[in-house]
Amino acid sequence: MVRNQPWLTFITHLIILLGILVLIFPIYVTFVASTHTLETILSVPMPMLPGNELINNYLTVLTAGSNSVGVSVGRMMINSLIMALGIAFGKIVISLIAAYALVYFRFRFRLFFFWLIFITLMLPVEVRILPTYEVVAKMGLLNSYTGLILPLIASATATFLFRQFFMSIPNELCEAARVDGAGPIRFFIDIVLPMSRTSIAALFVILFIYGWNQYLWPLLITTDEQFYTMLIGIKRMLDVGEGQVEWQLVMASTMLAIIPPVIVVVQMQKQFIQGLTETEK
Amino acid sequence: MEKQRVVFNNKVLPYMLLAPQVAITLVFFIWPASQSLFLSVLQQDPFGLSSTFVWFDNFSTIFTDEIYRKSLGTTAIFSLLVTLASMSVALLLAVLANRVLFTGRVYKTLIIWPYAVATMVAGVLWYFLFNPTAGIISHLLKSMNYDWNHGLYEGQAFFLVVFASVWRQVSYNFIFFLAGLQSIPPSLIEASAIDGASPFRRFWTIVFPLLSPTSFFLIVVNVVYAFFDTFGVVDAITGGGPNHATDIMVFKVYHDGFKGLDYGGSAAQSVILMGVVILLTIIQFRYIERKVHY
Repeated sequence: MVRNQPWLTFITHLIILLGILVLIFPIYVTFVASTHTLETILSVPMPMLPGNELINNYLTVLTAGSNSVGVSVGRMMINSLIMALGIAFGKIVISLIAAYALVYFRFRFRLFFFWLIFITLMLPVEVRILPTYEVVAKMGLLNSYTGLILPLIASATATFLFRQFFMSIPNELCEAARVDGAGPIRFFIDIVLPMSRTSIAALFVILFIYGWNQYLWPLLITTDEQFYTMLIGIKRMLDVGEGQVEWQLVMASTMLAIIPPVIVVVQMQKQFIQGLTETEK
Repeated sequence: MEKQRVVFNNKVLPYMLLAPQVAITLVFFIWPASQSLFLSVLQQDPFGLSSTFVWFDNFSTIFTDEIYRKSLGTTAIFSLLVTLASMSVALLLAVLANRVLFTGRVYKTLIIWPYAVATMVAGVLWYFLFNPTAGIISHLLKSMNYDWNHGLYEGQAFFLVVFASVWRQVSYNFIFFLAGLQSIPPSLIEASAIDGASPFRRFWTIVFPLLSPTSFFLIVVNVVYAFFDTFGVVDAITGGGPNHATDIMVFKVYHDGFKGLDYGGSAAQSVILMGVVILLTIIQFRYIERKVHY
């Protein structure tokens, strides 16, 4: 038997709580700062308890924005949401049908296409930023939702996940469908799609967070404030040169940038963990 | 081996299904990547009107560049520290959370959420706590007579960037370590407990070796994270400074290309980064293949 050692259990809880404290501390301070006036924040040290500017600060950012950025955070949230949903849905649809083609058909150059998709694993945005930027600029897609979404929408990992899953679907199902006279499109819609539901949900959580948290790409292609995402807006609010950063507004915006993806992770914890462990393997 | 699958006979449909993914791959992946390769052996004149083929001049230029060499060193130490620290902390927390199963579930939720925080936002959070004018931690340090100014001192800036990157990555590693721990059969642990092994000894002789596939996989993922995803942390906290102390390779590619407008040099750096990713991907797949054979 593994013996119960009370002192060890005590230390266990202590260390975990300490770890959680370090994880939560910066968010707590951010929240507190978002409920004070700028003067209070700058009066070092700032208070450690929430003030009463909460509604005021959040209303200001949501409707008007800060002095240095001429667009409201409400607008930025919508932009981030469009980008995150666009990437998540786009990737899932494109990967689903591509994986379906790779598994359920035999055609010329099948292996070639397989490797073409596979090779994109080795080319993250960061290693091809300049030329990708030029392509998007030439297509006239700077400062557009299409430009924000399209270049990030092809994903080898999602395609492989679905391919793996399709290959585990018993052959008999496909045979039965064919005997019943169902074509490939019918089989896909009636059988394959409903069976893939859990994989799709798991992938959706991961991709939503991935899309919401994109930073480098929107930083490059959005110069028009109307297309700023949350993260770009926060960055611009911090870039005031010699001026004073409006911390209370930056902190309120930061909270608003954190809340949606955190809610998704906490609410869909099961799908999140499944998605993470499946896509990465 | 792939077993024989029942397939549909259709000449056109598969190509149509593949078309979107292939089109995007060609336009936004293959073409830009080949452009990077191409640009890396060209030298453009300052007005961008003409370019000449210069063989590997761009590469020899960047490798003789003092700042780039510093960036290579910084990136190496940075990714080593981030990987080591975030994995050790995550392993410790996972082992502990696994010990206290009931409350472990609550703990789990409280530990995994930072994964949803963007690296850039993680940078902003810690930048706020440490900023020399209003930050409360920097204030605390000052009251203990420690002068904190990461805009001035290289070591402090480097520490802060590492710390923020680790803070964001612990939750990711925690999830995988916890999953790994939960797949270890309890009978193994009990058997060694009967043999009189202490909890620490049980960890080092049984649990730790059984976690090695997870650890190996995580090393690769964490190195990739430290190399690329930490761009947001650096951009939010230091912008590569002071004196290039936090100028990691991916930040330098961006900075030289978009701020310095040195296309050839930036492309050459991209090609080197590409080499790193290819190497890491190959290592990862080697590992997966090996796992399949077990």
